[in-house]
Amino acid sequence: MASFEGSILDFRRLDRLAAGETALHRLDARAKVLVTIVFILSVVSFDRYALAPLVPFFLYPAVVLARGSLPAGYFARKVALVLPFALAVGMLNPLFDREVAVRLGPFGIPGGWVSCASIVVRAVLTVSAALLLVGVTGFPEICRAMERLGVPQAFTVQLLFLYRYIFVLTEEGARSSRARELRSFGGKGLGIASYGSLVGHLLLRTWMRADRIHMAMLSRGFTGEFHARRPPRFGGKEALFLLGWSTLFVVLRLHNIPQLLGSLVTGGVR
Amino acid sequence: MHMADALLSPAVGGTLWAASAGTIAHCSAKVRKDLDDRKVPLMGVLGAFLFAAQMINFSIPGTGSSGHLGGGLLLAILLGPHAAFLAIASVLVVQALFFADGGLLALGCNIFNLGFLPTFVAYPFLYRKIAGKRTEPARPVIAAIVAAVAGLQMGAFAVVLETAASGISSLPFRAFVVLMQPIHLAIGIVEGFATAAVVSFVCKMRPEILQAAAEARPSAGHSLRNVLLSFLAAAALTGGVVSWFASGAPDGLEWSVAKVTGKEDLEGQEHGIHGVLSALQEKAAFLPGYTLKKPAEAKSEGTPQGDPGRDGKAKTEGGGRLGTSVSGLVGATITLALVLLAGFLLKRRSRAA
Repeated sequence: MASFEGSILDFRRLDRLAAGETALHRLDARAKVLVTIVFILSVVSFDRYALAPLVPFFLYPAVVLARGSLPAGYFARKVALVLPFALAVGMLNPLFDREVAVRLGPFGIPGGWVSCASIVVRAVLTVSAALLLVGVTGFPEICRAMERLGVPQAFTVQLLFLYRYIFVLTEEGARSSRARELRSFGGKGLGIASYGSLVGHLLLRTWMRADRIHMAMLSRGFTGEFHARRPPRFGGKEALFLLGWSTLFVVLRLHNIPQLLGSLVTGGVR
Repeated sequence: MHMADALLSPAVGGTLWAASAGTIAHCSAKVRKDLDDRKVPLMGVLGAFLFAAQMINFSIPGTGSSGHLGGGLLLAILLGPHAAFLAIASVLVVQALFFADGGLLALGCNIFNLGFLPTFVAYPFLYRKIAGKRTEPARPVIAAIVAAVAGLQMGAFAVVLETAASGISSLPFRAFVVLMQPIHLAIGIVEGFATAAVVSFVCKMRPEILQAAAEARPSAGHSLRNVLLSFLAAAALTGGVVSWFASGAPDGLEWSVAKVTGKEDLEGQEHGIHGVLSALQEKAAFLPGYTLKKPAEAKSEGTPQGDPGRDGKAKTEGGGRLGTSVSGLVGATITLALVLLAGFLLKRRSRAA
């Protein structure tokens, strides 16, 4: 549970990073959402043994980290937290795929290890792209971008509501849970019986809170629209950002740059 | 249970993305139509409630471990399938963006596995059938356990299918099934008991909440069929379009399925660049002689340059599947160094500014 509370704190920090004021933060969210999508699609469309051609893609997270003045260590930690899940499945590849894929002199590296490494690199790239998108844009802005890109309003309003109450309710959940743990002794009182009524009460309180919110909405004339911190404007900068990065990703997808560089350096002829 | 981007191919991810997006559009229209604008805050707050509920554990007798609520089925019971689907989808979006649970491409799969299956399959076909209209306490409890177990079994199986169809992981299908299903049987039972405990509590305290959800049934049967049909149509259409593209211009993602790689075209194009650079190459090589013998590449050298497609294929078949070797490794290292350098320089510049 401590880890969950920790991850909520982490969540909060990521949220605060989005309030930065760099040129990258000021870009319209649509451009950033679309670039992230192109990035992820380019990365995952490589075949399972691709490893070297994935490396140049680290340029994007590196540039975003630097230009968005985001803390690299924080993002590295967040990505590292998620890696074990990808690794858990990736680690099984070497067991099932023993055919030698790459030869380095006398050593043969089985395809399983190559594809496992590829899975890990993919995971790092895709996860960091998603986290950086939030860090440099902010969740409400992403929701509004989605709405302008055609996502139904009922769903974006749902996302914004959810987002507003996550902090309130998780704190309440954590407090209740801590109170119960402090009152239990030797594992007694932590069973399903007390769980049912604890979560049930939390649910009913939540339900009543929704009723109050509804009243407040009505009395303030809420029409289902949240207002943006920055007015939406998709201008030349956004178009340049989108086109520039997308072109780069497509080029990197089609040409194996590290291979070219490597053969340039080692003088290898293909 | 969350699928990750790293294990997914664009064809599978895209297909389920389209299908899930279609379902979201349908549910949004539906929720908008029969609003009841009290549901707007209710859905949002209940989505947040799932995060809170996941912080509270209960001990599982006899095992020393503890479990918590996932909540998909609970939301369906409280809100009905359409609103619950939207709420779960929104929870998954937040998890993907903030906790990196699953990924953006995998979002479609996760919404299908954890949202569609419990709310549009397990809830109407199992929970509703078993629980019936009356809210006597025993039946909802059994219904919740059965529906939760079935929902998670279907979800786990869908994960296996999606992973196998993507072909990134080389785990054999059967081994993956044997791995996933029993784990999710246990998770499903825990989920079932947790859902049942909360449902029976609500049953006692505020039976009208469940009553209201149970009575919102009449129109659901018809629209449910629509959802299933439109979902299938969207999936079939996207799957068809994507595979048409993929077969028209074979791509790396097809590797494990068709044993044909897109490297053919792609590496063919590189030959042009190689031609231009070959003169430069000889001068720039500061690590000459590190190129070791590569059987696959030796074979490809022999083929005439005029047929790059075949050339690439020979290479692919010859075991040099990575299309690289030492030069790839060296190049990757240099690229990584360059990337780090670029990041470092940019950072310094923005700090100075």
